[in-house]
Amino acid sequence: MTDAATEPDKITGPTPDNALRAADKADSGPVLAADGTPLKRSLNRALRAQKLRALMLIAPLLIFVLVSFIAPIGDMLFRSVENQIVRDTLPRTVVALADYDAESGELPRDEVFEAAYYDVFFAAERKEHTRLGSRLNYEQTGASSLFRKSGRGIEDIGEVYLDQFEDLDENWDEARPWAELMGDPDWIAAQEAWDGNGSMPEFEVRSDISDLLPRTAEAYEIFARFMQTEEGDSPLEEEPWSVVHTALYQDLAENDVSGYTGPRADMLQAADELVASPDFETIAFRDGFEEIDEDWVAPEIWQTIKMYSPAYTSGYFLNSIDMQKTAEGPALRDEDERIYGLLFQRTMFMSLVITFSCILLGYPIAYLLSNLPASKANLLMILVLLPFWTSLLVRTSAWKVMLQQQGVINDVLVWLGMVADDARLTMINNQFGTIVAMTHILLPFMILPMYSVMSTIPPSYVRAAKSLGATNWTTFWRVYFPQSVPGIGAGSILVFILSIGYYITPEIVGGTSGIFISNRIAYHISSSLNWGLAAALGSILLVVVLVLYWAYDRIVGIDNVKLGG
Amino acid sequence: MSEAILTPIEKKPIGFTAGVLAAAGGFAGLFLGTAQGSGLLGVVIGAALMAALAFVAMEMLGEGLEKSLRWAMIAIGVVAGFLFNGIPGLIMGGLFGWFFGWFIYWVGMGRYRAHLVPYLTPGQVLWHYSFRVICGAIFVFLITPIIVVMPLSFNAEDFFTFTPEMLSFDPAGYSLKHYRDFLTNPEWTNAVKNSLMVAPVATLISVSLGTLAAIGLSQSHVPGKRAIMAILISPMIVPLIISATGMYFFYSKIGLVGTYWGIVLAHAVLGIPFVIITVTATLVGFDRSLTRAAANMGANPVTTFFKVQMPLILPGVISGGLFAFITSFDEVVVVLFIGSAELQTLPWQMFTGLREQISPTILAAATILVAISICLLTSVEILRRRSERLRGMSPG
Repeated sequence: MTDAATEPDKITGPTPDNALRAADKADSGPVLAADGTPLKRSLNRALRAQKLRALMLIAPLLIFVLVSFIAPIGDMLFRSVENQIVRDTLPRTVVALADYDAESGELPRDEVFEAAYYDVFFAAERKEHTRLGSRLNYEQTGASSLFRKSGRGIEDIGEVYLDQFEDLDENWDEARPWAELMGDPDWIAAQEAWDGNGSMPEFEVRSDISDLLPRTAEAYEIFARFMQTEEGDSPLEEEPWSVVHTALYQDLAENDVSGYTGPRADMLQAADELVASPDFETIAFRDGFEEIDEDWVAPEIWQTIKMYSPAYTSGYFLNSIDMQKTAEGPALRDEDERIYGLLFQRTMFMSLVITFSCILLGYPIAYLLSNLPASKANLLMILVLLPFWTSLLVRTSAWKVMLQQQGVINDVLVWLGMVADDARLTMINNQFGTIVAMTHILLPFMILPMYSVMSTIPPSYVRAAKSLGATNWTTFWRVYFPQSVPGIGAGSILVFILSIGYYITPEIVGGTSGIFISNRIAYHISSSLNWGLAAALGSILLVVVLVLYWAYDRIVGIDNVKLGG
Repeated sequence: MSEAILTPIEKKPIGFTAGVLAAAGGFAGLFLGTAQGSGLLGVVIGAALMAALAFVAMEMLGEGLEKSLRWAMIAIGVVAGFLFNGIPGLIMGGLFGWFFGWFIYWVGMGRYRAHLVPYLTPGQVLWHYSFRVICGAIFVFLITPIIVVMPLSFNAEDFFTFTPEMLSFDPAGYSLKHYRDFLTNPEWTNAVKNSLMVAPVATLISVSLGTLAAIGLSQSHVPGKRAIMAILISPMIVPLIISATGMYFFYSKIGLVGTYWGIVLAHAVLGIPFVIITVTATLVGFDRSLTRAAANMGANPVTTFFKVQMPLILPGVISGGLFAFITSFDEVVVVLFIGSAELQTLPWQMFTGLREQISPTILAAATILVAISICLLTSVEILRRRSERLRGMSPG
């Protein structure tokens, strides 16, 4: 009866399957259905319709699970290798660093410093430099403060040029002249006509100026667009950043503007003369960076940036197995920096101990339940099911109450005189606490599968073995135990899977020595904000669990999972 | 164990009875003795006392005076306990007296063999009862933590431990103040309200989608059934911390983090495996010829579903729903990640309270939750039996 719904081949009555087979066997021409089509085709159509109907019933849930569960898991897997922040924040530097040899131990070329100046400046204006700093800080300590410092100090480089241009002509630090110099006349007109409602007309660079002063045009365009979209201010009323003046200096030093006749031509030409004059004070980007922080002229930061410039990185995964990327390739971290290997080992070890204790405690109970008469067994089953149904937090708080130094167990031991009042046992905030509490919490998951296997073992086998002269032990070990092994297997895998991913209980009763890898993942999500590393650790854990899940499916079959007896 | 086999029950030799009782008395005396200062003295007194009592009971009073002796022992235990240790001693003493009174006659009269087959060797009998004791200890391990929480929740002090007043059963040591706090403090009432707003909606989603899918999965021709099943069960298998991490990343992208619907969706997904498992289990025994018969008599698929199939699989659906409800009601990891301050659920409140050990209000909440889970457990058990009964009745 039980197989009728799931295994069509075992049904003896007429089913589409059997009919198809019968149709195959018949040699006397195609059998026709009532409407004249060959029976085979008619049945095939019916079968297809049935399949379709089944899929239609499943589809909504499947889509729901795929969207709200599988997609998030996929997103996490993606995050564990994703590393676009470096190339998004420092696009020019990444390009300039392309031919930098990180192993050489030398500083990169001056172009890299120039590119880094522009990148860091724009990032600082967008307040993205601190995010990048904390990202790189995971790989090189000190990067975070370096970037924060640079965000403040990067202005100094441009100030040199800004001050000199401003001394020459006040207009160089005014909004309007700059806008007239750089902006497309149509855009200026549109921007002036803009009444404050709706979105501003997007800034357009005048075409001839972008050929003449390419860097300035680019820097000014970024400035103007940023003002429009992020600040909601009109570029006609905002003085440009000092990075624009730096770009102007670079353009004037390289290009000849004497032929320029557009708006503000005299102002530009005066500036060109100033730049050409020997008194004009310049500052090399490299020196500017050195002034901000000595670390910029050490090769390490450049090696790190270069190493993490690709959009995808194995860095998080290397990190989560206590390795790091170096110029020479992946290498193990120093002894005292290795934590994740230990944590994975501990998670595995403690899960094994918990699984083993569950087998030890669960086996007698399952044996007792399956050998008692049904009425008594059902009554005792409630004692197993009550913890199963009780809130996890209730059980965890109960163990906190039981195990703490002023807790129930210590009180009883002191009352019995087995432990001195000033030498109470430390049973919580260590591995012992986690193991005891989790054994208790997961024990029903061991007992239930064991029970369902053991209650199918016929008692006559045991009696037969005994009547043939086997001792108690032999009977159990050679006859009963082998038949109960599937139950132990099912329960063990289930308990092991559940325990290696546990978070709440270790967090509350585990202290520092009794925590699992999950607690570290949570720490990286909520405290250290190193999401990539959290994702990588999670991915490793996920792989372990999925392998076990696959094994479980193979051994027990997921549709055989039983809940509550 | 057939009732036809009558194991002869006979009085045991007094040496055996006195020996066993002396051992048991010594064991109990060890604990009482250490509690009072000297373990050795306790062992000796306990053993001697029990051996003497056994002798008196077996040789001098006999079976006829069993009732009076047992009452006398309870009375002696009560008085002695009260003199030693006040009210808690009284209760302990009474229990001791009751136990030993029963134990003397149980051993001495050989009653322990009454339910066993006659051919068991003494070793096997000993093992039989040792095994029961071991199992009893494991049951104690399973239940004690849940029981201990309950009296502590009536603590008059803000401690997580038993106070001396509580141990001496002084009414002043008990109070309902943590329950009052639980029911009036907005932090807790809001948490309960949020939990009650999330859990039923999540349950409704997982039950409706899950039941449909389980019906689809139980049809005989489903392509890729194993893979679909694996995907649908995976929310139960994948560690919660991983689900929570993934959901945090993904839901923040689509703006669901910190919203009511984000939590509802997450909890609905987590509850689905339970619905699938319970409903498919019920459908295994479902006789498909009933739906065919209904269709044969002209019912359309919707009518068939609601009039024929649904009433039969309803127990499975409801217990799946209860599982889904408790999953959502008890879930904390995902809420910690994708919830927000306004959407604190009851488990969240308990979790933060436990981490910071604020007040035993948690224990009051825990006691209420235990009561709720007892109700849920009872309903699931009743439903399961009903379902088994229905299945037993259905033909084929």
